[in-house]
Parts: sequence; C-alpha cells; structure tokens
Amino acid sequence: MKTYTNTGNKDTRSGFGAGLTELGQTNEKVVALCADLIGSLKMDDFKKNHPERFYQVGIAEANMIGMAAGLTIGGKIPFTGTFANFSTGRVYDQIRQSVAYSDKNVKICASHAGLTLGEDGATHQILEDIGLMKMLPGMTVINTCDYNQTKAATIAIADHEGPVYLRFGRPSVPNFTPEDQTFEIGKALQLTDGTDVTIVATGHLVWEALEAAKALHEKGISAEVIDIHTIKPLDDEAILKSVAKTGCIVTAEEHNYLGGLGESVARVLALNHPAPQEFIATQDTFGESGTPAQLMEKYGLNSASIIKAAEKVIQRKK
Amino acid sequence: MSNTQQLEDLTTQVRRDILRMVHKVNSGHPGGSLGCAEFIVALYNDIMDRQDSFDMDGIGEDIFFLSNGHISPVFYSVLARAGYFPVEELNTFRLINSRLQGHPTTHEGLPGVRIASGSLGQGMSVAIGAAQAKKLNNDSHLVYSLHGDGELQEGQNWEAIMYAAGNNVDNLISTIDLNGQQIDGPTDVVLPLGNVKEKFEAFGWTVVEINQGNNIEEILKGMAVAKSKTGQGKPVCVLLKTVMGNGVDFMMHTHAWHGKAPNDEQLAIGLEQNPETLGDY
Repeated sequence: MKTYTNTGNKDTRSGFGAGLTELGQTNEKVVALCADLIGSLKMDDFKKNHPERFYQVGIAEANMIGMAAGLTIGGKIPFTGTFANFSTGRVYDQIRQSVAYSDKNVKICASHAGLTLGEDGATHQILEDIGLMKMLPGMTVINTCDYNQTKAATIAIADHEGPVYLRFGRPSVPNFTPEDQTFEIGKALQLTDGTDVTIVATGHLVWEALEAAKALHEKGISAEVIDIHTIKPLDDEAILKSVAKTGCIVTAEEHNYLGGLGESVARVLALNHPAPQEFIATQDTFGESGTPAQLMEKYGLNSASIIKAAEKVIQRKK
Repeated sequence: MSNTQQLEDLTTQVRRDILRMVHKVNSGHPGGSLGCAEFIVALYNDIMDRQDSFDMDGIGEDIFFLSNGHISPVFYSVLARAGYFPVEELNTFRLINSRLQGHPTTHEGLPGVRIASGSLGQGMSVAIGAAQAKKLNNDSHLVYSLHGDGELQEGQNWEAIMYAAGNNVDNLISTIDLNGQQIDGPTDVVLPLGNVKEKFEAFGWTVVEINQGNNIEEILKGMAVAKSKTGQGKPVCVLLKTVMGNGVDFMMHTHAWHGKAPNDEQLAIGLEQNPETLGDY
C-alpha cells in the first residue's frame, strides 16, 4: 500500500501564518484582523509586512466579524484570526447575519480547534464548530490535516468568492502532504487504495487514519483512506465511489459526532448507497485539560480507535 | 435636491408610503420609520454625496448602513424614491418572493442595501469596516450609519465605539435615533441608557446634537456640523432627538406603534394628515 512520510512535525496554525504571509505579498486585496491573538495565530509576519492592512481589534470578536463584513464593501478580502471557539460560537449571530446572509467574502480562520489545544481545557476546546458553520447557507467549511495543506488552503480560499470557515490547530503534528500542492476546495484526496473498508478522515485525524491503515494492512485488511479537507461542500462522489467498492466506512474527526463530518457522510450514504458506518468523534461531551496525546486517547480519537472501528464496521457488512 | 420644501414634500410622501406598506401586510414597524423619515430623506437627497446607480463597493461615494433594520419601511421608501428600484416595488413589502424583506438584506439583490440588518447591534462594526476600506482605497468619502437608541443596549456597539475612537476612524458619522422608546416601553424603564452624549465623549468620539430631529432645517444644519468634524482623528456621533411615530398624531410619543400596523380607519386618518405630494405608488 502507498505510504506517507512525515517530513517533520509542524503545527497547522503555522501553515496558516505562512499562507497569509504569502498572500500579503501576492494579493493586495487581502487584509487581516485579529482579536488579541497575533502570536497564537502566527499572524506576526503579515502584521509586520503590511501594517496598513492589519487590524488589531482587541478582545472584541463580535466587532471583528462585523468589521470584516464591512471591509468587503470596498473590495477587500478579510481574513479574521482567533481561536475556533471565539471564531464561531461566540459570534454566531454576527457571522450569520453580517457575513453569511449578507453574502460577504470573509475568511474566518480558526486555530486551536478541537481537543488538541490541550491544557487550557473545555472553555477553549470547541467540538461543535464544524456543525455550527456547516449549517450556515453558503458557508464553505474546511478542516486541514497538516502544515502544508493548511498553507495551501489559506492561499486557495483567497481566490474563492464567498464566506469560508478554515479550521486548524495548535499542536505539532506530522507534515506529510506535498509542499507544492494545489489546494482544490471541495475535492477529497484519496490517500491509499483499499477494498475492505473506507476510512474518511479530516484534520488531525487524517494522519491517524494513515497509521491505522498501515496496521490494518499488516492484519490483512485493505483500507482506503480519504482525506476530506472540505466538509462543505462535501465530495459526495469520492465517498460513494469508495464505498461502492468497500461496502463500509469509518469517519474520523476531532469534533462531536453530532453535526460533524460523520453526519454529513451518513446523509450522503443514506440518500445514495446505505452502508454500515462507524463514527470516530467525541460522544456529545465537552473536553478537559490534559496533553493533546492524553486527550486524543481518552476521547478515542487516535489510530487505535480507528483500527477497532474498522474491524467492527467490516463485521457489520456480513 | 436641497430645497427644504422639496425635502418636506418628499418626507410627507415617504410617510404615506410607510403607512400604506405596513397596513397592506398588517405588519412591520411604522413608529421608528416615521421618526426617522426626515433624517433619511435629508441624508439621501442632500447630505450624502452619492452616485445614482448602485455599486456594492461604493467607491467614490458616501455610503450608508441602517443598523436598526426594523425601520425598513422608511429605508425602502427613500431608496425607491431616490431611484434605486421602481417605486411600485414598495407594493411587495414583506410579501413572499419579494426583494423587500421584513428586514433589509443583500440576499435578494435589492439595490441600495449593502448589509443585512435586523438582529440589532451589528451595523456600527460593519460601518467601521467599510470606513477602513475607504481609507485603504484612498477614498475620501464618508460612511454614515443609523442606530436605534434601544439598540445601544447590545454590547457589540461598545466594542465598536471603543475601536473607532482608539483607531481614529474619523470618516464615520454614526447617528443615534434618540426617541426614548423600545418595544417594551420607554428606554428609561426597560434599561436606562444613561447619558449617551457623555458616554460617547468618554469613549473619545466627537458628539453633535440635533435636538429637533424631525425638522429638516435642523437636520441639515446639524449634519453640516457633523461633516465638518470628520477628518480630525475622531469618529463623529450624531444624537438625533426624534419623536417616534412623527407626523401621525395618534402614533406619536408612544412605543405602542413600534411594531404594529394601522387598521383601515387608522390608515385613513394617517393619510389625511399627510396629503399626497409626489404621487402614491
């Protein structure tokens, strides 16, 4: 089976920062706003290089979203940066009315998503943001898996007309997708070929899915891993094509099973090709303090859980 | 148009439009709409330097944001009579498949509207963003916004007020409609606003007061002062004292007509008090 090499652990938020830095040089319309988390979001370089296009709004996320909507009126492409929790739940109505319903070209860029920001605990760990954002009509929802993909996605969304939610994280994780990739919104990436089970993963769980596929391969189970970086619009075709071959699926995400990628996949299957599905996700719970690795293990978001789910879902085919 | 009589005639016609629009669908917000009729008429027909055709980006012209979106009837009437869309379309207010939604939206492509509003407290942030875009574009035109006084109870305003002063957004004139009323009663009873002038000044804004906010001459004078205060490092706030329901005697000085439409008889009285000037739609 095809294997992937980790070229060195890196945080996805730094991929965002690098993408934004590049956009600063290549696209004069791009402006950036941050709510007192410049260092955490890796927006320092953009701020340094383009102070006139950078807006420090202070700890005032609602105003940040409204300002971003206003900046589009005048042709700017605003990128907002704060933690995922403060990028979504805290400002849901501002995004709903001033951005989504108003069809504004705002890029909401959210770091520290999911459990893996670690020690800060549940107040800062949002596991509901994908659901919140995908329910908004017209909103594109992207959850990237490594540094390179996050950088490429950051650059790609500037050319997409319409609101985008870009979700990434804090911890250093394996960097394994190509440095020179072209990011295509809405296009799933098939990472391995398999015949027994489809594993559809997003964000930090993509690497875990690859690790699981390797272990399953050693057990004689052939797993097809698909990286779903775009949760909305979902690449229905890629999922259906794979499930037509494997007959079952595991979805894996750092998010509540309610409202996440798994539910979107379940809908596609229910409408087109009903098949057994197992959900690797948090089980309608808040997070807690701990190291990222401890949390991912406790909440069952790692390759070991994916392996178990794959074996279980294959059994359910019979 | 800068002749006061012409602006007054237009205001009278706009009042008729407001009453007829809300009466037809037995819903909508006549009170605040009537209270701001003179102001929005003056804004669009004298105060703002605007282009005749609509372009979303509004580069090279003054632009306006209505934050208290529930007074959509006056906004729609003034936009239509300024030529942004056919006056006859006012007939479709709040009807299914209409571009004239209950609260203004860009979603249906109605010319003249640049942001959805209705959920309160969001417009000032949007106006600040647009004002910053104007600065980036080296566009010396101004951004205007209008807010209800009850709307100041929303916390986002105070984030925006702090930001605008702290960042010298001095190409913005935000007007507060001080009618002292909100849905549940007088603002002093529901949640007292305190001294709004002192609050804005304490945040670092320049404040201009228009004590007769239903008098065209006073509006023009006050807004000229407001304009003269722009470009001096501070955002400008206009405190516009209006009477809710102005121009229809039984609707005045009460919150009762905030979100209630007149019946047939009440409509007839309201129209009698505001004779047709430019022609009904």
